[in-house]
Amino acid sequence: MKQALLLGRRALRETLRTPESLAPTLLIPLFFLIVNVGQAGKIFPASSTGFLKGQSYAAFQLPSSLLLAASFGTAALYLVEDIEGGYFDKLRAAPIGRTSLVVGRLFAEAVKSVVLTAVLILISLPFGIRVASGVLGFLLLLVLAAAWAVTYAGFMQLIALKTRSAAATNSGSLLFFPLLFLTPNFVPRSLLTRPMEIAATFNPVTYIMEGLRSLILGADATVVARGFAVVLGLGAVMVVLNVRAVRSYD
Amino acid sequence: MTLAIEAVALVKTFPSKGGDVEAVRGVDLAVEQGEVFGFLGPNGAGKTTTVRMLTTLLSITSGVARVAGVDVASDPDAVRRKIGVALQEAGLDPRQTGRELVTLQAQLFGLPPAAARDRAQSLLELVDLVDAGDRRIKGYSGGMKRRLDLASALVHRPDVLFLDEPTTGLDPASRLTVWDEVRRINAEGTSVFLTTQYLEEADQLCDRLAIIDGGRIVLEGTPASLKASLRQRRGLDHDPTLDEVFLEATGRTRSRAAGDVEQVQA
Repeated sequence: MKQALLLGRRALRETLRTPESLAPTLLIPLFFLIVNVGQAGKIFPASSTGFLKGQSYAAFQLPSSLLLAASFGTAALYLVEDIEGGYFDKLRAAPIGRTSLVVGRLFAEAVKSVVLTAVLILISLPFGIRVASGVLGFLLLLVLAAAWAVTYAGFMQLIALKTRSAAATNSGSLLFFPLLFLTPNFVPRSLLTRPMEIAATFNPVTYIMEGLRSLILGADATVVARGFAVVLGLGAVMVVLNVRAVRSYD
Repeated sequence: MTLAIEAVALVKTFPSKGGDVEAVRGVDLAVEQGEVFGFLGPNGAGKTTTVRMLTTLLSITSGVARVAGVDVASDPDAVRRKIGVALQEAGLDPRQTGRELVTLQAQLFGLPPAAARDRAQSLLELVDLVDAGDRRIKGYSGGMKRRLDLASALVHRPDVLFLDEPTTGLDPASRLTVWDEVRRINAEGTSVFLTTQYLEEADQLCDRLAIIDGGRIVLEGTPASLKASLRQRRGLDHDPTLDEVFLEATGRTRSRAAGDVEQVQA
């Protein structure tokens, strides 16, 4: 655990020293928020759209942007750099728990995601967005988004460990397109066409998105708990697969 | 006395499309404590594969390896605590400073923060990097990186130090500095296992050496004994160089070496 924290601190230092890689993770989600609200906002006026629960369409869209911000998986790209540069072997030849080797970066990813999510929410307040579930809800939003960031980074790290290639790891990140768009990201699941509804039902991100949305628009404990259950389950699977990959890494 | 490194019938095969490739085909090694042992061989002979098995980085297909008395396959973590490793191409993190890297390495080996900082300071002094210690590694020269890598391999005062081609790509002055460091580290009692392409380096530094070719050890002995034996066999009137010993042992006659060059040019 101590070693994971040490490696996590190093990973954070690395992130802070490459601000150019941090900027897009903030700007692109904001871009999507503005574009999506600009295009569809008029269709869903706050006064007459039931699923908005009195808030603006931006509040409904915010979870998509939070998830996008948490789906860059940069931890894995730094891991590939370590592998290609040989530093990963230096760490592997040290008496570091194999779990710490992969969890260190995920820990840093969680911290980064908490900060990024908080900044995005603060920036979106002028759009008329309120976190209906209050301070506790706000904190849960941070944890839920960060848990997804860790899960997705874990998936990307798995590609990095298996392929040891920056190109392959980068391509793997494209999976966030189906994951983030086969979801009820424009309207609630009940308003989707049947094929889209089926796809969204099988997509785990749907439940995380609905959890985040529930915290923003007005908390439904069941929906929030389901979001957490899905992300924690997936996250645990990713960590286990990562540890297995690093143990059999030759 | 426990051997610093012991390998018996060490084998490594890699799966590949055309069938398994045997990179190391039964290597036996016995390195005494306190020795500087040279491991030589042409490119692709199995040097690095052997080092990676001994340093727990690569699984062992068959055979036994013990480092500082500990079985590598059954207790890799105990081996990791006893060895220092500086691999080819100095694997360092360019975004950290030299001091951060060595301090982190010391903490990863279990030193408390204050002790780790002290250890980093004294190691930076040892390799003459105190002035550059607070600069990011990105800006270091090749020689500085190698020295820093060496320093970071010593944080826990290892029993056995593995150096994989520690001077490849260095200018002559930097090479001499690394040699001095290796001698100094060895004088303090650390056994050193060193692979190199440079026969002069082996001649200068190593108490004993082994030459590996095609995954098998083809010759082993002290530099002096290997030269004397070749002199006797060939009936030479002068001592041959280690280059000549190497070329004979690996069957790389000058004509074949020249042939290799032609192939590359074509």
